[in-house]
Amino acid sequence: MKTSIYFRRNWQLYALLLLPMIYFIIFKYGPMYGVQIAFKDFNFFQGITGSEWIGLDAFREVFQNQGFYTALRNTLVLNLLDLLVSFPAPLILAILLFELKKAWFKKLAQTLLYIPHFISWVIIGGIVLQVFGTQSGFINNILMSMGFDPLPFLSDKNYWLFTYLAVGVWQSAGWGTILYLASLTGINRELYEAAEVDGASRLRRIWHISLPGIKTTIVTLLIINVGNMISIGFDRPFIIGNVAVREYSDVLSTFVYRVGLQSGQVTLATAVGLFQALVGLVFILGANYTSKKLTDESIM
Amino acid sequence: MSENTANRIFNTVNVILIIITMVLCLAPFIHIIAISLSSNRAIGSGEVSFFPKELSFEAYSKVFADGSMIRSLIYTVWLTVLSTVLSMAMTIAAAYPLAKSNLKGRKWFMLVIVVTMFFSGGIIPEYILIKNLHLLDSTWGLILPGLISPFYMIILITFFRGIPESLEEAAGIDGSSHFGTLMRIILPLSLPVMATLSLFYAVGRWNGFQDALMYITKPELYPLQLKLYQMIQQNQITELMQNEGIGAVQVLPESLKAASVIFSTLPILLVYPWLQRYFISGVMVGAVKG
Repeated sequence: MKTSIYFRRNWQLYALLLLPMIYFIIFKYGPMYGVQIAFKDFNFFQGITGSEWIGLDAFREVFQNQGFYTALRNTLVLNLLDLLVSFPAPLILAILLFELKKAWFKKLAQTLLYIPHFISWVIIGGIVLQVFGTQSGFINNILMSMGFDPLPFLSDKNYWLFTYLAVGVWQSAGWGTILYLASLTGINRELYEAAEVDGASRLRRIWHISLPGIKTTIVTLLIINVGNMISIGFDRPFIIGNVAVREYSDVLSTFVYRVGLQSGQVTLATAVGLFQALVGLVFILGANYTSKKLTDESIM
Repeated sequence: MSENTANRIFNTVNVILIIITMVLCLAPFIHIIAISLSSNRAIGSGEVSFFPKELSFEAYSKVFADGSMIRSLIYTVWLTVLSTVLSMAMTIAAAYPLAKSNLKGRKWFMLVIVVTMFFSGGIIPEYILIKNLHLLDSTWGLILPGLISPFYMIILITFFRGIPESLEEAAGIDGSSHFGTLMRIILPLSLPVMATLSLFYAVGRWNGFQDALMYITKPELYPLQLKLYQMIQQNQITELMQNEGIGAVQVLPESLKAASVIFSTLPILLVYPWLQRYFISGVMVGAVKG
């Protein structure tokens, strides 16, 4: 009767777990149950169980849909460009911050650099209009006062791409330094001192001690980023994007929202969402596997 | 060039680079503040950069006179406080038992939770669930779906694990129940990580926008972000159409938009410095995986 003693002693732990588990089952597994909509001719009046099965018809429709391919391409391209631009930024910034000598200045810098991370995309969207707007944006005002033509940062596809990436760096670079700074702090100070005695310059020390010291962190974060290649947040492309640049700004998450909730093609949108979730799962598991192999460190 | 000079040059260049980055981080805010405090004429002619021109508080008085902005702010504060408190309570309730490695069935509970980090039903099934639960156009529709973040829960589990077990054992010998130990020993020791996670939950709810966009149609239930979105973006669309010569539609003055942006940002910026010192340690705890 060991178990009954165990439960008498520990029932409170299970009582604590009860509500959280109910939460996960209703709000996380509930939608997973709803995934079957992708295989049904869903109709709001008949509900999930009442709607007819249609097999893989929705997926056939998805793979014939031009908008889907555009959204898929944009998701991958925007993430890839973001990786190229936004990934190195916090790394460089962290190394610069780490080399700062005055503690108060370092703290002040960190405080200010973290702020953009806490600002909502809606607000950033407002700021972007004021800074990059064609008619009265700050940057274009400067350009025009210097006699140049204004640049269509928000309404031309290629300029928009620049805006999207620049805003991403601005929002995330400072916050991204935290993990790098944490692992930089973990490097043995004696290594730096020994190198100094050997006459290694600051740059050499960065190259030969700091960078190798945080290699694991860099690789792990890179792998996580690659693992998230197909998943993309909704807010940023939705808010920075607009009708004029939809050809570049429509990504899978905004496509699902537009097709499913605005045009009411619920089955089609669920199928796209399921496709994205499954491919994303494969990417993430692959990334985790790679990370385990390369760095002995798993994300999970 | 002596080593000392090289060192000095390095430091100077480094400080300059950091200062430039700091300025780049802050400049957009300063510009928006300047816009919000300038006259429409000065903004229209492109004279405003980092200092207000022809100082005017008209935009702010409009924001305050409107009433709906204030109401939305109060509603959002309430929504944020309520959902942060509930989220923290639920996260603690999940993390405390799961931090105990001898908890029977722990592996299964963890599996059920961790699976949700890697696979989700997607927004359409979520929308249908919320609709079926009659949570559309209700505050609960904005609170319940995001109640627990598995990621924050794991941070908390890791933190709880770091608390010496002997403390709990001593309390157990003194006859303290699990509830008692949690309330009297564990929670008081966890204030920094609690502050961090509360800040993250609060910022997440304060900034949350997509759920409100999908689930809320009643204007009196618009959180601030949705209200702001409608104000700014609808405007952008009309502006784009004007550029292409499609109809002349009423466009809100820039100063009013800027004032609304500042109005919605201020609460976060006021809370942030107070909690800032906590969250770095909190994130570190999370970085060391559980």
